[in-house]
Amino acid sequence: MTKTINLTLKVWRQKNSQAKGNLETYSAKNISTDMSFLEMMDVVNETLILEGKDPITFDHDCREGICGMCGAVVNGRAHGPEKGTTLCQLHMRHFSDGDVVVVEPFRSRAFKVLKDLMVDRSGLDQIIQAGGYVSVNTGGAQDANAIPVPQKIADKAMDAAECIGCGACVASCPNASAMLFVGAKVSQLALLPQGKPEAKERVVSMISKMDELGFGNCSNERECEAECPKNISIENIARLNREFIKAGVK
Amino acid sequence: MSWLVKTLSTSVGKKLVMAVTGLFFCCFLVVHLLGNLTLYKGMETFNGYVDHLHALGPLIRVAEVLMLVFALVHVTTGLMLTYQNYMSRPVKYQMNKSGGGRTLGSATMPYTGIVLIFFVIAHLLGFHFADHETQTVYDIVSHAFSDPVVVGYYVVAMLVVAVHVSHGFWSAFQSLGVNHEKYNPAIKALALVFSLVVGAGFGLIPVYMSLFI
Repeated sequence: MTKTINLTLKVWRQKNSQAKGNLETYSAKNISTDMSFLEMMDVVNETLILEGKDPITFDHDCREGICGMCGAVVNGRAHGPEKGTTLCQLHMRHFSDGDVVVVEPFRSRAFKVLKDLMVDRSGLDQIIQAGGYVSVNTGGAQDANAIPVPQKIADKAMDAAECIGCGACVASCPNASAMLFVGAKVSQLALLPQGKPEAKERVVSMISKMDELGFGNCSNERECEAECPKNISIENIARLNREFIKAGVK
Repeated sequence: MSWLVKTLSTSVGKKLVMAVTGLFFCCFLVVHLLGNLTLYKGMETFNGYVDHLHALGPLIRVAEVLMLVFALVHVTTGLMLTYQNYMSRPVKYQMNKSGGGRTLGSATMPYTGIVLIFFVIAHLLGFHFADHETQTVYDIVSHAFSDPVVVGYYVVAMLVVAVHVSHGFWSAFQSLGVNHEKYNPAIKALALVFSLVVGAGFGLIPVYMSLFI
């Protein structure tokens, strides 16, 4: 039999990016513990719509934990209290009947709140545009085994490439720094032969874009690594630092 | 020169500045502690060590100037980073919890750092700039640590140093890109041992002086 719980939500409501927001209290009744956090929000929103009120705006897309679109700070933790989990994959079984749940948007100077829990994370896209790519000439695809890559290196690159760009690292960093995101994006390319030719320009321009957008500085607090839904390691930040030193002295 | 300024003024560059100057001060702490340990052997050994040190003449002057420059760079960069980081989240969270990454040391870096600025100034005024004409350095030390208030203050200050370096030491390696699965446990263990040695090593000297001298 499905277990249901009742919760009190305190959700950040903000009309638009200029408005001053505040926490508003809602009750979420008869929530199945098999629901995801976003499904619970859907239920609350349906009630709000029936009451003729403005539903809570939040970002979401795949609801499978792979697109990086969802995300909010739940009870002070980015994507909620579970490790290695996106908000859409956080299930209500991790909450107890009668819990008070505080839901806030990801906060950073570089992430403007657009409405309620929806934030503008296009800064992360701008960092990618600054250098998070490899320039590939068009033409016939070369043989897959033409460039040998050791398995260990390929695994590390894949681990870094797991980053879904959700911005939880920024949200959970005490300094609102995007260093883990940039570290992962630089690493996934710097580790592979295809990324080497542009390695120097890439790291320099991605870091200067990150600084320009107003993200904070990394002080090795490791909160990003602890909250990343894809468990990206700060080893990638160290690699970013190494790549930056290499680019600086070259 | 502009590439250097440009490199060091970025967010990663400032980390590098903190790491290099911080590790320099870690090295200084080791040398300072080794020298101070001569206090346990009594007045003559300690004053002998002081004389040897002063006999280095110009070398000491160079080291002093270097330390002053590094201290100014470390403090101004640290304050700048603290200010920028504070400004990077204009609207704070109503509820904020740690995911388990922060440590006592990492969360208090700016505060322990600021306490240490005042400690270092007071320490220099009390010892370095004390009257060296009519008294030996040993006299200055034993006189200072005959006051239990001074002893307590020094012990607390050394605990603050230990907390500061417990994060700073490891953090410097990470900032310089030294993060390797094989060596990480050793670096972390070394950071813990280093902060304990610094805290206990310096912190016990005033206690010993006040009890046994």
